[in-house]
Amino acid sequence: MQELMKKRAVELLSTGNVDRVIGWKRGEFAYDCTPAVFTDAKDLWENFVYDDFSAPNLSKYLVAECKKGGKMAVFLKPCDTYSFNQLQKEHRIKRELIYVIGIECNGKADVDKIKVKGVDGIIGIATEGANFVVETIYGNETMPKYEVMAERCLTCKSKKHMVYDELIGETGDVNPDSGRFDMVAKLEAMTPDERFAFWRGELSRCIRCNACRNVCPACTCEQCVFDNPNSGIQQKVAVTSFEENMFHIIRAYHVAGRCTDCGECSRVCPQSIPLHLLNRKFIKDMNELYGEYQAGEDTTSRAPLTNYTLDDCEPSIVHERGGKA
Amino acid sequence: MQKIGVFVCWCGSNIAATVDVKRVAEALSHENGVVYSTDYQYMCSEAGQNMIKDAIKTHGLTGVVVCSCSPRMHENTFRKACSLAGINPYMVEIANIREQCSWIHKDMVQATAKAIILGKAAIAKVHLNAPLTAGTSPVKKRALVIGGGIAGIQTALDIADAGFEVDIVEKKPTIGGKMSQIDKTFPTLDCAACILTPKMVDVAQNELINIYSYSEVSAVTGFVGNFTVTIKKKARYVKEDVCTGCGLCTEKCPQKKVPNEFNLGMDNRRAIYIPFAQAVPKVATIDPEYCTKLKTGKCGVCEKICTAKAIDYNQKDEFIEREYGAIVVATGFNPIDLKDFDEYAYSQSPDVVTSLEFERITNAAGPTAGKLLRPSDGKHPHTIVFVQCVGSRDTSGCGKPYCSKICCMYTAKHAMLTREKYPDTEVYVFYIDVRTPGKSFDEFYRRAVEEYGVHYIKGMVGKVAPEGDKLMVQASDLLAGEQLNIAADMVVLAAAIEPDKSARPLATMLTASMDTNDFFTEAHPKLRPVESPTAGVFLSGACQGPKDIPETVSQASAAASKVIGLLVKDHLTCNPCVAESNELMCNGCSSCEKVCPYGAITYIDKEFRMPDRTTLVRRVASVNPAVCQGCGACTVACPSGAMDLKGFSNNQIMAEVDAICK
Amino acid sequence: MQVNNEFKPTIVAFCCNWCSYAGADLAGTNRAAYPADVKIIRVPCSCRVNPMFILRAFQRGADGVILCGCHPGDCHYTSGNYYARRRMTMLFSMLDYLGIERERTRVEWVSAAEGAKFAATMNEFVATVTKLGENKRLEDLRCKN
Repeated sequence: MQELMKKRAVELLSTGNVDRVIGWKRGEFAYDCTPAVFTDAKDLWENFVYDDFSAPNLSKYLVAECKKGGKMAVFLKPCDTYSFNQLQKEHRIKRELIYVIGIECNGKADVDKIKVKGVDGIIGIATEGANFVVETIYGNETMPKYEVMAERCLTCKSKKHMVYDELIGETGDVNPDSGRFDMVAKLEAMTPDERFAFWRGELSRCIRCNACRNVCPACTCEQCVFDNPNSGIQQKVAVTSFEENMFHIIRAYHVAGRCTDCGECSRVCPQSIPLHLLNRKFIKDMNELYGEYQAGEDTTSRAPLTNYTLDDCEPSIVHERGGKA
Repeated sequence: MQKIGVFVCWCGSNIAATVDVKRVAEALSHENGVVYSTDYQYMCSEAGQNMIKDAIKTHGLTGVVVCSCSPRMHENTFRKACSLAGINPYMVEIANIREQCSWIHKDMVQATAKAIILGKAAIAKVHLNAPLTAGTSPVKKRALVIGGGIAGIQTALDIADAGFEVDIVEKKPTIGGKMSQIDKTFPTLDCAACILTPKMVDVAQNELINIYSYSEVSAVTGFVGNFTVTIKKKARYVKEDVCTGCGLCTEKCPQKKVPNEFNLGMDNRRAIYIPFAQAVPKVATIDPEYCTKLKTGKCGVCEKICTAKAIDYNQKDEFIEREYGAIVVATGFNPIDLKDFDEYAYSQSPDVVTSLEFERITNAAGPTAGKLLRPSDGKHPHTIVFVQCVGSRDTSGCGKPYCSKICCMYTAKHAMLTREKYPDTEVYVFYIDVRTPGKSFDEFYRRAVEEYGVHYIKGMVGKVAPEGDKLMVQASDLLAGEQLNIAADMVVLAAAIEPDKSARPLATMLTASMDTNDFFTEAHPKLRPVESPTAGVFLSGACQGPKDIPETVSQASAAASKVIGLLVKDHLTCNPCVAESNELMCNGCSSCEKVCPYGAITYIDKEFRMPDRTTLVRRVASVNPAVCQGCGACTVACPSGAMDLKGFSNNQIMAEVDAICK
Repeated sequence: MQVNNEFKPTIVAFCCNWCSYAGADLAGTNRAAYPADVKIIRVPCSCRVNPMFILRAFQRGADGVILCGCHPGDCHYTSGNYYARRRMTMLFSMLDYLGIERERTRVEWVSAAEGAKFAATMNEFVATVTKLGENKRLEDLRCKN
């Protein structure tokens, strides 16, 4: 897979079809696979990486790359193509500049889950059937995929590419039974006190590093309201519990109907806050109240919050159907 | 820093009886920025207003807070007073301490405390107020009427009567619309042509009215007072200004087998045709689908016989761009397609006809020259069954959920006229309800039943089955509780009416909203029934909802009067409290545009100078202040906070929140 | 301002200019009483109310926030309250999800003719919020005196 991708990327670069390729390279550690922009075929041949740690969604990087002009190629996993469509819908990227290479993805490994198993000194990873083989300086460790796969991959909503110009590997199907809302439903079934305790426990760990915002493909504002001194709600740090809540509620609200549920926010959170559960709550609510909607499925439809029907439910539905009182 | 004056009104004892006004004035005098604070018996009186004006001058006030009755009452009074004293009227805020305080609270301590908080909120807001100036935009003194039926004709005549130019765009070769196909009109039974055609002639002769027949609107840009419309004038292959309308070509054309749409395909016309004798403009049109010359290059009979030399086989579609101050939509209606109602055998037997086809059959200029004859064999029918609500009030999904409104009355008319001319014909009418609200309508229906002996039966027809030369009608009589089987010679279906198919794309071009049935929505269902929510776009006739002729004409005239009211103005004053996009922060994501009910937001590619001296072109939102009505829907849809509303900005509202909660 | 030791909630009511603010005025004209704890902020339309404003109110110490607008179908701007309805449903649902008492937020449609309804709604809402007591779950401690 990686070899095929590299070959194709080098071909595109050297024929001058594109002048940049957006892919991944190794970071400090083997499991720190970071997004990279390659302009040189040799550099690409030596440093391009695609393995079970290549998790970052590259769509967002196209916003900045498009501003520079020129043609570029990008590798997108199925879930990344949703983000791509959403960005195109919002006119944040220029489709005509981008050559999309859809790539197969069978779920990425979560390094934290691997480390918890006591595996250290990781230098590589490979897939062998239903197992990941983690290469370490002490030798290889084999473990079942489902034990160490990222949560978002275990509940993968779709292995189908929503957009591509060419495909490497296979495109799969949308999975309507991903069970991605199970945890939300579990929380909904709790009492408000339990829910409050749960979220205080999670959100109080927030250090306001803004990683979730910076990685989010829906957070591409020229200037974020939280950085804007004139917005009236500027915050650099979260001083009280209110501000911890405020930041995450507003962020989830701003991306509601635009969030494709790519899960990047939770992946990058250094405090392991399950931020995707906020986004999924909105997605679940909108699906249930306003009809199924998947952001990024296409580039033209109206999102639930910029749309309405005459017989929408009243906000009091929250009281009527809500969990235990 | 603002210099704010606070004026607390007693409103006689209305406020002063429950609110300690002295204390309020005193408490507010300590607020940041307040340089003057006082109270007075009647702030709205001339003496009170003069107090404000004097204080503005002596204390150099930049902002004013009046604690008084509701802003809905006297906001304008105080704004005017302030602007006379030289400060911007939008630097005034009202704290409503009467309707929302003194009148609802009895406890003086609580009411006073609340009045102080409301005053503080108003002061906090004034701190962030900015002078606003209402912009003006010029008005192009010409109106466009889209659709040349009776609605469009009446609107155009009324506007022209007031001295303004009007263009009518009609997609058919002639104006006249549905009314020209109707035989007689209820409830007076005068002939439709006799009252319509003189109006058509008036339109043709009016120097201020210009007809674009056989034309369509292909693009609309601009806003109230300043629309630019592109009109597509379809090639009719006849020079309109040369053709005399003699009609010789329409008799000599060898292509005789063209279904005549004016008679709903019940007879034929030629490939070159004039829809009917009284057509306006009376000009021939070549149907390119059937013309042998246009299709094969051989023939040219019409060109040879035309003495006026009006035929031009090389004519092309022409695009005309015109400017208008106002646009009236009068696109009308059509009966629905009956393909989903085959239980009535409409597609199986030519003797099952729609009511509009029945109109043509009974019309002297129709396919049977006005004799009631069956389309199949030309025999006189002796039993006719009328079926009402075919597709109306239908929630099954096949038809329309609404009442088409006109069918009860025209069916009564058909039944009555049939019985009058042919007393030997039995007439049955099947109905769900008979709805006759309207002047002289119920009397008309009663006459059909009582004087003309029409059999009205409550119940629906289940099936119509052609059997030999009869139509077997199976129906139920709900009142008698029995099944009926009628061997009819003809069945007439009162098909539901729906908006013309051209309305939906037109609504998109005009950014005018529509309901789920594709009828245009009004700006307000009760109080602004002939205006669309989009400023400068007006509604006339059945495009807004099912209507009969008297209603259509009155709405047409109402729309005309609204247009005249707009066109007499040289300039329009805009509401200064409109949305504004901060281009530096705008992402160009189109969220705001989607929620704007007025189409006030467009996107432009704007060049930005970057810190490194390069330029970057970005897509940003731009609000047209002449179109924006200031609802603020866009401000919340905007994730970056680039969109804000003047007069009700994010910061102003949050300042009020803060003042109240502290 | 606490008169005695009984809890007096702070309630912020956002009212649209065309229907609900006029309805509140009518309540006043009819002398239909409701507690002084309710303070009204006038907005052009219910769709002007940003979820941010509601969070801000709670931050600064509000105990309840209510949004009033024209009845669905009667919006002065035709569609504003339909958007507001969806936005508030989502926000309230999220607050509930975070364990914030759902009774502290409400949306009510009040026409210009419904002065009595306005007063009744406010009475009921104040009673509900008073029963809940002080807002502790969504406040900014620095904003308390």
